[in-house]
Amino acid sequence: MSEHEYVPKSKAGKWFNDRLPLLTLGAHLTDYPTPKNLNYWWTFGGILTFCLLTQIVTGIVLAMHYVAHADLAFASVEHIMRDVNYGWLIRYIHSNGASMFFLAVYIHIFRSLFYGSYKSPREVIWIIGLLIYLLMMAAAFMGYVLPWGQMSFWGATVITNLFSAIPLVGDSITTWLWGAYSVDNPTLNRFFSLHYLIPFLILGLVVLHIWALHVPGNNNPVGIDIKKPSKDTVPFHPYITIKDAFALLVFMIIFAGFVFFTPNVLGHSDNYIPANPLVTPAHIVPEWYLLPFYAILRSVPDKLGGVILMFSAIFILFVLPWLDTSKVRSAVFRPLYRQFFWILVIDVLMLGYVGAMPAEGIYLVLARVGTIYYFLHFIVVMPVVGYLEKTDPIPMSISEPVLSGGAEPSIARKMDEKV
Amino acid sequence: MRKSNLKLLLFIFSLIIQLKPLNSAEMVDPIKVDWSFKGLTGTFDRASLQRGFQVYKEVCSSCHSMQYLSYRNLGESGGPEFSEQEVKAIAASFEIQDGPDDQGEMFTRPGRPSDKFKNPYPNVQAATAANGGAYPPDMSVLVKARKGGANYIYSVLVGYEDPPPNIILDDGVYYNKYMIGNKIKMPNNLMDGLVEYADGTESTVDQMAKDVTTFLAWAAEPELEERHKTGVKVIIYLVLLTILVYLSMKKIWSRVDSEV
Amino acid sequence: MSKEEKKVNRRDFLFTASYTVGAVGVGAVIWPMIDQMNPDKAQQALATTEVDISNIEPGKSITVLWRGKPVFLKRRTQEEIAEARNVKMDDLPDPQKDEDRVKEGKEEWLVMLGVCTHLGCVPLKDKGDFNGWFCPCHGSHYDVSGRIRKGPAPTNMEIPKFEFVNNNTIKIG
Repeated sequence: MSEHEYVPKSKAGKWFNDRLPLLTLGAHLTDYPTPKNLNYWWTFGGILTFCLLTQIVTGIVLAMHYVAHADLAFASVEHIMRDVNYGWLIRYIHSNGASMFFLAVYIHIFRSLFYGSYKSPREVIWIIGLLIYLLMMAAAFMGYVLPWGQMSFWGATVITNLFSAIPLVGDSITTWLWGAYSVDNPTLNRFFSLHYLIPFLILGLVVLHIWALHVPGNNNPVGIDIKKPSKDTVPFHPYITIKDAFALLVFMIIFAGFVFFTPNVLGHSDNYIPANPLVTPAHIVPEWYLLPFYAILRSVPDKLGGVILMFSAIFILFVLPWLDTSKVRSAVFRPLYRQFFWILVIDVLMLGYVGAMPAEGIYLVLARVGTIYYFLHFIVVMPVVGYLEKTDPIPMSISEPVLSGGAEPSIARKMDEKV
Repeated sequence: MRKSNLKLLLFIFSLIIQLKPLNSAEMVDPIKVDWSFKGLTGTFDRASLQRGFQVYKEVCSSCHSMQYLSYRNLGESGGPEFSEQEVKAIAASFEIQDGPDDQGEMFTRPGRPSDKFKNPYPNVQAATAANGGAYPPDMSVLVKARKGGANYIYSVLVGYEDPPPNIILDDGVYYNKYMIGNKIKMPNNLMDGLVEYADGTESTVDQMAKDVTTFLAWAAEPELEERHKTGVKVIIYLVLLTILVYLSMKKIWSRVDSEV
Repeated sequence: MSKEEKKVNRRDFLFTASYTVGAVGVGAVIWPMIDQMNPDKAQQALATTEVDISNIEPGKSITVLWRGKPVFLKRRTQEEIAEARNVKMDDLPDPQKDEDRVKEGKEEWLVMLGVCTHLGCVPLKDKGDFNGWFCPCHGSHYDVSGRIRKGPAPTNMEIPKFEFVNNNTIKIG
């Protein structure tokens, strides 16, 4: 199973592999020892790879028909929807694909938070992942601008205006981003260029993300270090590939449900009104996956403060591995942290909800409470709970609690719940 | 993750979804119509689409453009499905500007199926000026561009009534129960018997509103029938493959599970 | 069959079925990605062009655009028609009668795609060794019926689908 001893069987294979060890890489990926107790929350890595590739393929196809010009963009999207062969299908896959991508990435991130996958020695995987997430948001935002509807235009106006909060140079930066004195044709054109570029940067980072993963190996629901390869691991293929395939297919059924039966439910109806610089829609809302950050932005009655807080909400995640003081990775053995984890999930969902509502009355209050709690969770709860918490006993290996009938009852119970 | 936690999460999530925005108090919810194109296998009612086109042509098209549609669309499958001859006749009944010719002059000619629907006004400004300062929106994707979709369009068409006594309307502004803000610059253009339907259907306001809304729903989503049909096939296929892969997975993992 | 063998067979069947069904799905997804590059519905609908031919003198020709390609409309003189019809079939690399390239009763009108069948250049009129067209790109000579006579082009210039709407109008496509 050890990948370093791999020798191709055929002569030609050996000749090639000596010059470029692609076959060794393939053997490594196939045999890669994976903890055998990974649950379905671990299948989202594969699902995300699928999402990225789907967005790239459909995106390249759409770019063959789309026209990045303020006068023609809206019409070219309608052209794709009406005239291009299967254009409606490809566009709906791409637009809903963005939402599915974020759905999967949020599950992936929260899985990491629950099982402590960001903790040593996996900090670099976590940070690369956050960079991917940042780029995803940039790509999604610029992609949403391309149809040049009302939400495209005003979303672009609001988000680019965030930069005008920067003291002294803010206005110059905003004008520079626009290439004009408002969001206009030059803005659309450069957003298209960058929207095409970013997915390939993401692809590169994904390679690094996986590379960094393969150094320490996967974390697992129990969160303990395991020997590889051992009784606790299975080779990646076929065990993990088939499990990933099954999960991916279930995911695709949901995906197809959106694409074929409610393709516009995740979008905003105003984006089917062509961009009009003279009329702002009654409520400007970003796409659902950015709503929690939007709520944080609006919870602060100060322009610069709101912008700083919103970006901090993301950047605080970068130092998370050092804010968490717990010796134990998995929340399965952390009874206290586990409660706070679910409060955080509810908090983020609530922030998302109020982000879609008008910034007034009870919604503003909720947004402020939610924002304060969000930061408290990372700055106070994570370090303090790590010190104070009395964690549950941890098994010696993945197989142990089941293998030895006389294992501690508390461990056996935890293991049952996890599966 | 634990089952009880998941349940709690689902419960909270469903609560959140059920909350209605507070700001919708001033607006009446649109009438819910049981459209034939609703649901997973919904299709358009051809006769209604053809009648709806007639209403659009005789009533709406004098102010509203439909610039993303072509006459050929009227004959395509999944739409009103007029015959090829009918589509040619419909197209030819419009004078379309073309050119420039060899002398550099613009000229008009009878429309062809490949032509886009004729615009009632040369540009947005002309349309706005001719309609008391309110641009009659392009109707190509109107159903997708309004929250509430077809129900909302239908409701506005039948939602005209006398204003409550506390509301005073300016000239050229009308009261509509379903319109956002209740004020609309489009007069109530539908009245019983306005259109003489080719198929003999009685042209009540309700009938015309339903027909033209159906037509607009198709115009916004001409791919709807194909989408539904393909969707059903894709889902069946995916479920089948999922079952196969699930069984394969169980087989493969049985090797590991039996070791334990 | 022993129990073990049965188990193995069922496993094989499952895997084969999964792979096969999966491959069908991949194929079904690839097709839309390929077909989207084919001419779309708007392109297909522009397939006809009507041309006014009332102003063309005998011996003269005009060029119009159809589906993005030039179409030559030549009103041939009686001498030119005679010349085209006197060519022996043996002299032609791609034998075709002039009668088959024009409409009966309208022999003076030659309507053809002005695209060299070699590599797609537009031939020049009234040039070449055969009183017809000459392609400057790689030296193909066409006669007054648009048939290839000399040079690398493999076939005669193509005749598009066309009809006379009336005496003054030709509809191409």
